[in-house]
Order: sequence, then structure tokens, then C-alpha cells
Amino acid sequence: MFHTADMLKIFNEHRGDAIVIPGRAGRHWVAISTRPELDLPLGDPAMGGHASFALGLALARPERKVIVFDSEGDLLMGLGTLATIAEQAPQNLYHFLLDNECYATTGGQPVPNAGNVSYDAIARGAGYPRAFAFDRLEDLAINLSGILARPGPVLVAMKVVPEVQNEPIGRRRRWQTRTREQVLKDLRAALGIPA
Amino acid sequence: MSEQALLRPETVLAEMKKNGVTHVVWLPDSETNWLYLLMKAEPSLTLIAVSREGLAFSAAAGLAAGGKTPIVLIQNTGLMESGDSLRGWALGLNIPVVMMVGYRGWTRHGVTQDTAATYTERFLNAFGINYYLVENDADAPRISIAFEEAKKTRRPVAVLVGDEYHGFNR
Repeated sequence: MFHTADMLKIFNEHRGDAIVIPGRAGRHWVAISTRPELDLPLGDPAMGGHASFALGLALARPERKVIVFDSEGDLLMGLGTLATIAEQAPQNLYHFLLDNECYATTGGQPVPNAGNVSYDAIARGAGYPRAFAFDRLEDLAINLSGILARPGPVLVAMKVVPEVQNEPIGRRRRWQTRTREQVLKDLRAALGIPA
Repeated sequence: MSEQALLRPETVLAEMKKNGVTHVVWLPDSETNWLYLLMKAEPSLTLIAVSREGLAFSAAAGLAAGGKTPIVLIQNTGLMESGDSLRGWALGLNIPVVMMVGYRGWTRHGVTQDTAATYTERFLNAFGINYYLVENDADAPRISIAFEEAKKTRRPVAVLVGDEYHGFNR
């Protein structure tokens, strides 16, 4: 297992001009990213939808890489999205999965069959042409540029250290620096999409 | 039964094209197979099949964020399954998306007994989502009204497809 923030620092060196949907890693990513206009730190609009949102964006903007940091709890809510992504096969979609084996934002309860699910195998079984699994940051760092250099869709499952939160949601520090509306507005401006 | 009494799939497709739909995010329902065949043959449309209706709203949100014009095509049963996704991804991100919802179980005559139908409008009302009933070709302009309203209000708008005449089943 490795720390999400450490991984994101390495990832940032390779993101280029990709659109990044940081998902639950947003609270780290907003302090690391050097291209905020191309980021979509939406937090968690509704659990289970990050990968499908990324698919829609990737299909809408095929000229641009779209990178999503999904989470295993989210993915388990809608595993069927893997089949949809595989069928659409967007070559610009890079699906990273943060697997901390628990629901960290609700206190760290384990996800179903925590620790025994091979998400890379499920992705391949759903039709992803490529899928990887990493539990050591050094291995990911060595392979990252090669993964991003080849076409998607690809799933990259990563074992990350849980960052368990126990405080009531209303008392947690808000990490977002922009409203969701502003985030979408900024992306559209950066991509030249009419409002 | 006259042609006017049917909602022909060709009419629905024409409305989609008229309103610049680029992607159809959908899950089959019992009323839409002929429409599916037409959409599949239409080069201006990309069909995105989802496995649960909730995934349709997040996918549609991504498409809209990227500047495209999606439509969500699902059944009322699936609409109810989609509640949290509809809340967070469509309403929460101000996505101007039209959803065509098969109104399974609804009937204009007699008593509607199927709970899929009896809860449909209550569900939409609970979410504050406006809707238009479309039963036949004469109602088709309501589809364009839904698109205009979605764009103007930057909210999802529903079109309920009343299937009394089984126009999609031929």
C-alpha cells in the first residue's frame, strides 16, 4: 500500500494536458495540480458515478486524455460501468482506482470482500484491453509513463492507505476551492466549449 | 386506430435530431425496441448502453460537461432506481438533460394499478423535476419544449412516454 498524496505527486509529472477527475483524491489533488483549469474536483456528487462521468467526458472530448481517480467502493456500486466503458472503448480514458479496502469517509468499515477482490481481473473480464494492479509505489512510478503513452481504456488498480474520517460530515474541513459550477465553467473555458 | 393515435419511433427520432442530440444514454425497456433499431441506424447518434439507470445520469453529466447534448432513455422503474445519481450528477451539476421515460403501467382509461406508474409522477414531483406526457405524434412538439426548458433552466426535464397504444411495439 502507498499514500494517495505521494502517488499524485508522481502522477502530476505525467499528466500533461489531460483532464483530471480526482474523485475522492481531490482533497490532495487541489494542492498538487499545476493545471487546475483542466481539473474537475467535484468531490462526490453521488457515490458510484465517477467512472461513468469520466466515460461521458472522454466520449465528448476524444482529442483530450481524460483521467479519473475512482474508488473501489464507488466502483462496486456500479460494476456494470466497466462493460459500458469496454464497449465504448474510448482510447483517451484512463481509469485509476484507489483501493483502500474500506469506506474511509464513513469510518473505515470494510467494503464487501475487502482485500480479496481483483479489480484488474474484473476489468479485463469486462472487456478492458489493458488492466494493471500495483501495491508498491515504486512499481507504479516505473510504469506510469508507459501506461499513459498507450491508448485506453485502461484500468490501474492501486492499493492505497485508508484515510479514515470519523467526524460528522458537517464538521469536516472543506477542501474545495471552487464551486462545482465554477469548476465546470473553468473547464469549458479552457477547452473552448461555448457556455 | 389512426396514425395520429400512435407515437411513432420515427417521430421521436426526428425530435432528437431537431434538438441536436449527440448521444443516447439508455437502458432498454419494453416499449423502445423499434426506436432502438432506428437510433442504431442513425449516424449522428452514439448509443451508450448502461447496465443500471443510475449510471445514465453520471454519463450524461460527463457528456454535457464536455459540450455534447445527451438524452437519457429509460423506463420509470429505472428512474426510481436512479434517485441519488439524478440528485447528485444531474441536478447537482445543473445538467440540462432531457430524459425520456417509458411510463410503464400507466393508462389514460380506467385505473392505473401498476405501482411503477403510480409512483412515477410523485417521484418526479419530489425531485422538483418538470415533465411532459407524450402519448402520440400530435404530442411530439412537447419533446422540443422539454429540450428548450432544460436548456433555459439548466435542469433535467422528463418526457413521459404513455404507451397506451403501443406505438413503439408495432
